[in-house]
Amino acid sequence: MLLIHCPYCKSDLPELEFANAGEAHLVRPADMSDMSDADFADYFFVRDNPKGVNLERWRHAHGCGRFFNAVRDTVSDKFLKVYPAGEPRPSDAEVKALLEAQAEGRKDGGSGA
Amino acid sequence: MQKFNAFNLAAKALRGHKGWDKQWRSPEPKKHYDVIIVGAGGHGLGTAYYLAKEHGITNIAVLEKGWLGGGNTGRNTTIIRSNYLYDESAGLYNHALKLWETLSADLDYNVMFSQRGVMMVAHNVHDVQSAQRHIHANRLNGVDNVWLTPREAKAYCPPLNISKSARYPVMGAALQRKGGTARHDAVAWGYARKASALGVDIIQNCEVTGIDRAPSGEVTGVQTTKGAIGAKQVGIVAAGHTSVLMEMAGVRMPLESYPLQALVSEPVKPCFPCVVMSNAVHAYISQSDKGELVIGAGTDQYLSYSQTGSMHILQHTLDAICELYPMFSRMKMLRTWGGIVDVTPDRSPIIGKTPVDGLFVNCGWGTGGFKATPGSAHVFAHTIAKNEPHPINAGFTLDRFRTGRLIDEAAAAAVAH
Repeated sequence: MLLIHCPYCKSDLPELEFANAGEAHLVRPADMSDMSDADFADYFFVRDNPKGVNLERWRHAHGCGRFFNAVRDTVSDKFLKVYPAGEPRPSDAEVKALLEAQAEGRKDGGSGA
Repeated sequence: MQKFNAFNLAAKALRGHKGWDKQWRSPEPKKHYDVIIVGAGGHGLGTAYYLAKEHGITNIAVLEKGWLGGGNTGRNTTIIRSNYLYDESAGLYNHALKLWETLSADLDYNVMFSQRGVMMVAHNVHDVQSAQRHIHANRLNGVDNVWLTPREAKAYCPPLNISKSARYPVMGAALQRKGGTARHDAVAWGYARKASALGVDIIQNCEVTGIDRAPSGEVTGVQTTKGAIGAKQVGIVAAGHTSVLMEMAGVRMPLESYPLQALVSEPVKPCFPCVVMSNAVHAYISQSDKGELVIGAGTDQYLSYSQTGSMHILQHTLDAICELYPMFSRMKMLRTWGGIVDVTPDRSPIIGKTPVDGLFVNCGWGTGGFKATPGSAHVFAHTIAKNEPHPINAGFTLDRFRTGRLIDEAAAAAVAH
């Protein structure tokens, strides 16, 4: 079970309190009736499925009930960062720095977040 | 290839079983093949076998990152059934079931296919209605499936708790008598042995790191950890890693990869005669020929490639198993493991062509691909050889997510398969 940090409750809590809500930073198109079928399929069905860093939404369903976003490594399952919904998508440079920090933690024998 | 028969067995026994050949060759890759299959699981090896056997294409390489049959083929709970709701699914899974019935003879390899029956238990009114709808749809499609009362279910599977006061009361069950189990490793080994004998090169420890394309777009080969290998056609059969491989060809897939877990108990004497699945409480159970209870649990809720799942998922399943079969409450569990399953939005597979010429994909089997192994391999081989789908997999296109012609088994069963 994952230990997840809720950025609103500011504490590490068991995964059972949380619901994963899929890919983060998806933007609902303003006018779907103008979209081509291919673009709609891309928005509606196609998802990032990276082996590595994933940006995803979580909801503290059995706690404060609020959505937040997370940067997580899908190979180690470790969270690199959590941030409130509405904050901008982390830049590639920031994600790279987070990954390096995690790798450093491993070298030191730490277990990371 | 040495045949497995009584004469050979006796002859080899006289020499202390020292004279058996290796079951498949382990060649170095050639520079170029007609077809490359990426992924040496049951579906991939089967595809190579049917390409060689039925379509006369033998210049094939099957590339495998790890060892053959080491992915989901060796990690599933070996349940075989074909009682799906929609016509397309019934056609595909029943095609597989028919091939299962003759597979051991076809491969000269005992895959230990056992039609002990698959019973799906209904615990509430919705389950009953859904199961009966499936039964009627199945019968129209020529798929055997019958309704059992709780007493009949108990007679078919004596360990089942049908007490009215049970936490998950049994209100009936749908039984597919032709369903059952098979030995998963033997399926991979049998296909590998026969494909290798037909000239297919199975190359293990060879990870694909890139997909090469010509300026005009079509596939020209793959980059691997053993160098570049050319090919006219490439088939991706890589389960949980399909998204990663397709990304190399610039194709984003409607797939998400999740860990799915299974576990086995200590081996005990025969006590459980069939396969029982409970979708509502998510517990699948059967007993292997070795005597272990083989139990299927659920997926984790988040994307992962870790091949491990969470303990609370197993605990949830074991809670349900102990309620349904009180006699297993003190059984010890020996091993647990996880596999990475690629799940599509409609919970039906994608078998067919891709937007890239010469690139084919067979994926999206989600939590239930083992049962389809021979059927999937058979129609995928046809698709690659003819460059167009077999009528059985014609509906399972990647394009269905654009056209909206989904095969929505997700909505039909309300669980992953």
